[in-house]
Amino acid sequence: MQQAIAIPAATVPQERLDATPLRRNTVAYVILGVGVLLFAFPVWLAFVGSTHESSVIGRGELPLVPGAEAMANYAAVWNRGASRSFTSPVRDLLWHSFIMSMAVATGKIAVSILSAYAVVFFRFPGRMIFFWLIFITLMLPVEVRIIPTFEVMANLSLVNTWGGLIIPLIASATATLLFRQFFLTIPDELVEAAKIDGAGPLRFLRDVVLPLSVTNIAALFVILFIFGWNQYLWPLLVATGPHVETIVIGIVKMIGNDAATDWNLVMAAAMLAMLPPVAVVVLMQRWFVKGLVETEK
Amino acid sequence: MDRRVVFNDRLLPYLLLLPQLVITAIFFYWPAAQALRQSVQRQDAFGLRTEFVWFENFQDLFADPNWRDSAVTTLIFSTSVAFLAMAIALGLAVLADRDLRARGAWRTLLIWPYALAPAIAAVLWGFMFHPSIGLIAKALGSVGIVWDHKLNGPQALLLVILAAAWKQVSYNFIFFLAGLQAIPRSVLEAASIDGAGGSRKFWTIVFPLLAPTTFFLLAVNLVYAFFDTFGIIHALTQGGPGKATETLIYRAYLDGVVNLNLGASAAQSVVLMLLVIGLTALQFRALDRKVHY
Repeated sequence: MQQAIAIPAATVPQERLDATPLRRNTVAYVILGVGVLLFAFPVWLAFVGSTHESSVIGRGELPLVPGAEAMANYAAVWNRGASRSFTSPVRDLLWHSFIMSMAVATGKIAVSILSAYAVVFFRFPGRMIFFWLIFITLMLPVEVRIIPTFEVMANLSLVNTWGGLIIPLIASATATLLFRQFFLTIPDELVEAAKIDGAGPLRFLRDVVLPLSVTNIAALFVILFIFGWNQYLWPLLVATGPHVETIVIGIVKMIGNDAATDWNLVMAAAMLAMLPPVAVVVLMQRWFVKGLVETEK
Repeated sequence: MDRRVVFNDRLLPYLLLLPQLVITAIFFYWPAAQALRQSVQRQDAFGLRTEFVWFENFQDLFADPNWRDSAVTTLIFSTSVAFLAMAIALGLAVLADRDLRARGAWRTLLIWPYALAPAIAAVLWGFMFHPSIGLIAKALGSVGIVWDHKLNGPQALLLVILAAAWKQVSYNFIFFLAGLQAIPRSVLEAASIDGAGGSRKFWTIVFPLLAPTTFFLLAVNLVYAFFDTFGIIHALTQGGPGKATETLIYRAYLDGVVNLNLGASAAQSVVLMLLVIGLTALQFRALDRKVHY
């Protein structure tokens, strides 16, 4: 991008100056437009579905334009859930998902900053062993240790508790790697200056390292919030009680017995479930893209 | 690699590492060790006696035709998802990298599906393709294709592939676009001056320069298809009809959580662990190449 700006006009190929970009790129606009529609269509149908009566959808007569039942449907799922399948009100489910994603994102960032700080700014016996111990957890996702992890949760009485849902997700090799990478770029002079001024390591962390890390923290927060919001297998295993159930699990439960599904309500709930993470991505797009591309480095 | 100037505390670094290490020890290493132990043990029907059986659980697993079918399903599923999601994303990224009007808006419109949960994508696709009320299923019916992924295995597999790929395109798009923007314009202009046309320029210059990104994304997409799509399959087909969409992860979940078969589940966990180790190694080799390119 920056390079494109830096090129003097004389080296830009002639055709690029002559043709109007709009006509030259017609094909590009058309294909990109199809791509955008392909992404949006399923969501549009869900939105349309959330604004009609259950019977319209049940007869297989869903039109392509919204109906008049939006208020009724959204109010119903917000306050009561999809009634026929005995699920919790969507406002509770959303609140649970919100608590979980905020706690997971904040926890992961806090824990990772502390460990990366220890590994980068100190020399101590076992330093690299600890670093590798954290790194290797990348290779142990929940999916490959389902049963034994559940046993640990049961032994510690953590099933169906907030602690059980959140704490095991807080360890993060990726975030630790990212912060380590960033901390290594902080100039030695800053550390020396801090030492001369008599600032201890914790003071240096608070007054120098954290302020320098703000952009990285924001970028990571967006990604981790979405990570937390979209969790599936883990809550399915350890958070089945109504007081900790998340929105993603709740919606899949609403479909439950297919014949009795109120699709208009399920779609209203799905729209509400998509809104927070999509809003976060769209509003914080710049940070999010930067964070994503850099986390994976 | 390492810093020159450091602090000298003895105890503090351990205290800083403590929270992360405690969590990984309790919820990662201990269960993983248990999975390793259980994979070479077998319990009797009442759970009273446990005996050491060497690799019998693994032999049983590899000899089980159902498990081998799951392995084949997983292979078809994950390669299709990875290929579709990457090919479409690359095409869109190349177009979005041109000097378009409202570039930012185009990008936002192509990036937002990243935020969707796989299970939510499954709910949306299940609604469109619902055999009796789905709009797309009805449209297919009117041109003579009977769509019923609740009874037709290949259709069910196709549906989970489409839903999984659909959700993953934006992620790949972000990385391909970043990769394209990192290619110096001067290289492309040199090719133009030498008279290379659009597609020639793409295959001889852009695509090879994107190789590290592509290689990296391949590993990430395979991990996604193996593990993160559990929600899609659980919400959309539950592995069915029959075992048509039963991937290795889904099978491990069924054996462990639903059928409570500890030995078999643990053996599968160990096999999956090896798979993740392989894929992670691949991913980091890709990153290495990216650095040294």
